[in-house]
Amino acid sequence: MGDFVRIALALAAKDLRVEFRTRSTLLAAGIFAALVLVVFNFSRDPTAVPDAVIGPTALWVAVAFAAVVALNRGFTLERAHGAMDALRLAPAPRGALFLGKMGANLVFVLLVEGIAAPLAVLFFDLPLATAGWGLPLLLLLASVGLVAVGTLLSAMAVRTRFAELMLPVLLLPFLVPPLTAAAGASVRLFGGRPLSEVVGWLRFLAVYDLVFVTLGLLLFSAVIDE
Amino acid sequence: MNDPLARARALLSVGGWITLVALLGAAAVVVLALQFTPTEASQGLAQKIFYLHPPAAWGAMLAFALCGIASIAFLFLGDLRLDRFAASSAEVGLAFSAVMLTTGPIWGKPIWGTWWDWDPRLTLTLLLFFLFLGYGALRNALHDPRERARYSAVVGIMALVLVPFIHLSVYLFRTIHPKPVVLRPDGPALPPEMLRTFLLSVAVFTLLYVGLVIMRYALGLARDHAESLAGGDHA
Repeated sequence: MGDFVRIALALAAKDLRVEFRTRSTLLAAGIFAALVLVVFNFSRDPTAVPDAVIGPTALWVAVAFAAVVALNRGFTLERAHGAMDALRLAPAPRGALFLGKMGANLVFVLLVEGIAAPLAVLFFDLPLATAGWGLPLLLLLASVGLVAVGTLLSAMAVRTRFAELMLPVLLLPFLVPPLTAAAGASVRLFGGRPLSEVVGWLRFLAVYDLVFVTLGLLLFSAVIDE
Repeated sequence: MNDPLARARALLSVGGWITLVALLGAAAVVVLALQFTPTEASQGLAQKIFYLHPPAAWGAMLAFALCGIASIAFLFLGDLRLDRFAASSAEVGLAFSAVMLTTGPIWGKPIWGTWWDWDPRLTLTLLLFFLFLGYGALRNALHDPRERARYSAVVGIMALVLVPFIHLSVYLFRTIHPKPVVLRPDGPALPPEMLRTFLLSVAVFTLLYVGLVIMRYALGLARDHAESLAGGDHA
């Protein structure tokens, strides 16, 4: 068990170290998320659709799209110099490899959300104080499931010729349940409703996370072993 | 029968005959539904879609469920025939859901007053349609048969697991889709003539599923054979 966690952490640390040496993908994903928010602002009539209505929606669409961009990075990294084969040869449990890849992706997506969420609050004048701690909790719960599914799918998509297109085509249907829950909950949080009113949504997200992380642990060997 | 091409030809002709019988049955259903089944009082002629839409839905759900089950079995057994079956089932399921997704709005417009509604069943069907389009796109983008089989099995299983989540997430909203009229605890709530036409249509669609899957399976068999002859170096 100790080894399992150690391997996962080592792999995640490796991925993050590679990323932080250049910060290029993180920067691009952050800018992309910010631009989605800007585009959202200008693709509505501000007299017909108020900020409070479109703000949370724009945030989740930005998060979903930026996550797709970010997730493509994880396994593209391993494609160079046969790194994937080295990973395959490693005497490591496949579940640990999945957790490591997923962990790095999670940190990455959370960082992008760290850029997108404050910008959404700023652009759409969302009452941050009203939402309170519910918002970070919601972002975390939504991201775990998103990243679990995304890690599994991107490991496969990267082996195809149109990886950049294949990942969103496969991933977006899987994002409908978590996005439904996240949007429903965040509208209520920003609306000043108490946390107890969104507990149902949070629980739904937690179950989704649990199921798809487990599925990832079980299925990852089918994805990387030949 | 060790020659894959001979086997593919034999399967193709078996599947072709079954499909032909099913298509004749479909013609019979149309005649029966329009001429020999009473018109429903409140919905009028629009209700006739009942003999096409739910049977197609049944075929699509059967196809996707069997694809998911075959995917699980493939990961355990590693038999490429299971993969070929899963792919065939998914493709036939796509055709059936296309029927379901086009006939539904045609009925929905006069009865609901809207072509589309984000109701749990509509949403679920639409997302399954997209999921299996993605499944097909992934298959097309991969060349190594074993890799293709493993990847599509993973996606098939993930799709199976996703279904309850989609259903639950949309179910929290109100549904306007009609409640079941045939499969309900108190027994079917419709006249025997309607039930007869409906059940015939369900049987026809099931037969159509079997025929099409066998034909598609034969095609897959022939294609795999062709790929193995080409040496797989075209990828």
